[in-house]
Amino acid sequence: MTATTNDARWAAARAGLVRGWLETKQSLREPGDVLWYFLMPVIFAVVLLFMRGSSLPGTEYELGAMVLPSIVGMSIGFGGLTGPAGTIATDREDGTLLRAKATPNGMIGYLFGKVVMFGSTTLISLALLIIPGLTVAGELRFDARTWMLLLMIFVLGMAATVPIGVALGSLFKTASQTGLLMLGSMALLVVSGIFYPLSALPTWLQWVGQAFPYYWLGLGARSAMLPPEMVTTEIGESWRTLEMFGVLGAWIVVGFVVAPIVLRRMTRRASGAAVAEARDRVMAQGW
Amino acid sequence: MTDSQPSQEPADVAIDVRDLRMRYGTKDVLTGVSFTARRGEVLALLGPNGAGKSTTIEILEGFRTRSAGQVAVLGQDPAHGDEAWRARLGVVLQSWRDHGRWKVRELLDYLARFYVPFSTPEVERPWKVDELLNAVGLTEHANQKVKALSGGQRRRLDVAIGIVGRPELVFLDEPTAGFDPHARREFHDLVHRLSDFENTTILLTTHDLDEAEKLADRILILDQGTIVANGSADELARQMATGAEVRWTADGRRHVHAAEQNDPTPFVRDLLATDAGITELEVRRASLEDTYMALVQRAETGQGATGNGADGSAPDGSGQDEPDAGGTGNGVTSKDDEAQEVRS
Repeated sequence: MTATTNDARWAAARAGLVRGWLETKQSLREPGDVLWYFLMPVIFAVVLLFMRGSSLPGTEYELGAMVLPSIVGMSIGFGGLTGPAGTIATDREDGTLLRAKATPNGMIGYLFGKVVMFGSTTLISLALLIIPGLTVAGELRFDARTWMLLLMIFVLGMAATVPIGVALGSLFKTASQTGLLMLGSMALLVVSGIFYPLSALPTWLQWVGQAFPYYWLGLGARSAMLPPEMVTTEIGESWRTLEMFGVLGAWIVVGFVVAPIVLRRMTRRASGAAVAEARDRVMAQGW
Repeated sequence: MTDSQPSQEPADVAIDVRDLRMRYGTKDVLTGVSFTARRGEVLALLGPNGAGKSTTIEILEGFRTRSAGQVAVLGQDPAHGDEAWRARLGVVLQSWRDHGRWKVRELLDYLARFYVPFSTPEVERPWKVDELLNAVGLTEHANQKVKALSGGQRRRLDVAIGIVGRPELVFLDEPTAGFDPHARREFHDLVHRLSDFENTTILLTTHDLDEAEKLADRILILDQGTIVANGSADELARQMATGAEVRWTADGRRHVHAAEQNDPTPFVRDLLATDAGITELEVRRASLEDTYMALVQRAETGQGATGNGADGSAPDGSGQDEPDAGGTGNGVTSKDDEAQEVRS
């Protein structure tokens, strides 16, 4: 029994990898999706444009170079959080999740597929940051430590945000409500220290910012890519690497505990009738 | 694989439902549904909208938790069905726009992977994708994107997805809604193939009475949350005294007699014996539609008399005719009959 069960789960996980690969390929052929991957690089290019020539107050350091690592951190969080939330809501409405439920171990395949797909598309977004990033690359630090840290932050960041994104997406009743999550994300970005150093904000806002992964992902990326002397601009004049791993780790635990519960609750509600209802609503209202 | 199956699984019963009840809030949707399906049987679940067809099927699929009653599907309670159990079921869902970017073959290949570990010496799983594409007539569209398929092609893909794991039991919820007659015929052939060659048990819901009659070994009529009739189309017609219609031509006039009795033979015998000039004799048993309408009407008017089935069904107004002919069935060429109906 257990041997078969495990075999079947492995088969489902491998199918999930195939799913992730296929969906990534499909996504790259879809103009709408590809534009989306360029979002972060374009935002960064615009930011650079406004920051041209300005330097970090009190230093000679190029402000744009300061922002690049923060954007890297933000892309990880953004890709991991809003991407899955949006697709889960759509997949529930159009019956994708119901098909997964009707397939033996189909949910495992589905989730593996999502992780692979969001992992790879987020990587694509990050890679595209190189284009505007070249203009400030001279100011940044690139060594073995940088890549090591970035890799860890990427993996931890996806693990911390994808389950939360999945859970949040399951809570929304319709696909169109995921817009709320985008708004929420934007609000969090303001207090995330990505465009504006957190140390310059009121203390209570600093605490709000530090409760969420965005700040820590940005901090981690800065610690990887900025020269060591830039640490003085951070809270407590420290990269707080241990705290970063701690907070992201806590989010991972929360995500992996909460997401399966929420997902199970949601998929219990998914049925042919619910899908038909959503279809009728969309047909009638156009959304 | 089979080790996860409880040994008490009955060899010949695929579905066993006893006193199934479902209540949403204060609304009772199912008020005691009982039926069984033997292995290899094709069952059609008929009933008006809101009768509880979809609810019943979703409970059997394990997608909905029932309020009360006993249900065994392939020997397991669907509420606690494990993945090995799920691998033996086929659920044909109505697609809408899911997996629109996938190519037909990609999607079937992907879904087939999940069934590989559930292959047994008796049942080789999954279907080979090429064979399956051929069986549902999608070979030419194998490399097309799902969203580029026509309604009928997409529906056939839904069926292919439902049976890719070579299920022992298939649920089809309104399988041919929106089919043109040609696609419908092809689909019926596919269902026959499944039940004849693969010995697959099939439970389908439909609004199309003709389809139910063609496909199903047995028809269940569900109304107001309970089964009001259960039998082959033929048995149902017999069970309901909807009678038969006898038509003939005499002296250049067309006559219609609605025999309210089950067996029109005595009437016809007397008719032929008394009138030698009869031509174009035609005996028509009540159609499934007549029976269905009568059954549903009877259920909705609170189990009324069984004999009045004709008034809900007779399309040509012969329902109001002679109670005497109905009572005896052999009041041959009575005045009533002569006067009753003349048609071109």
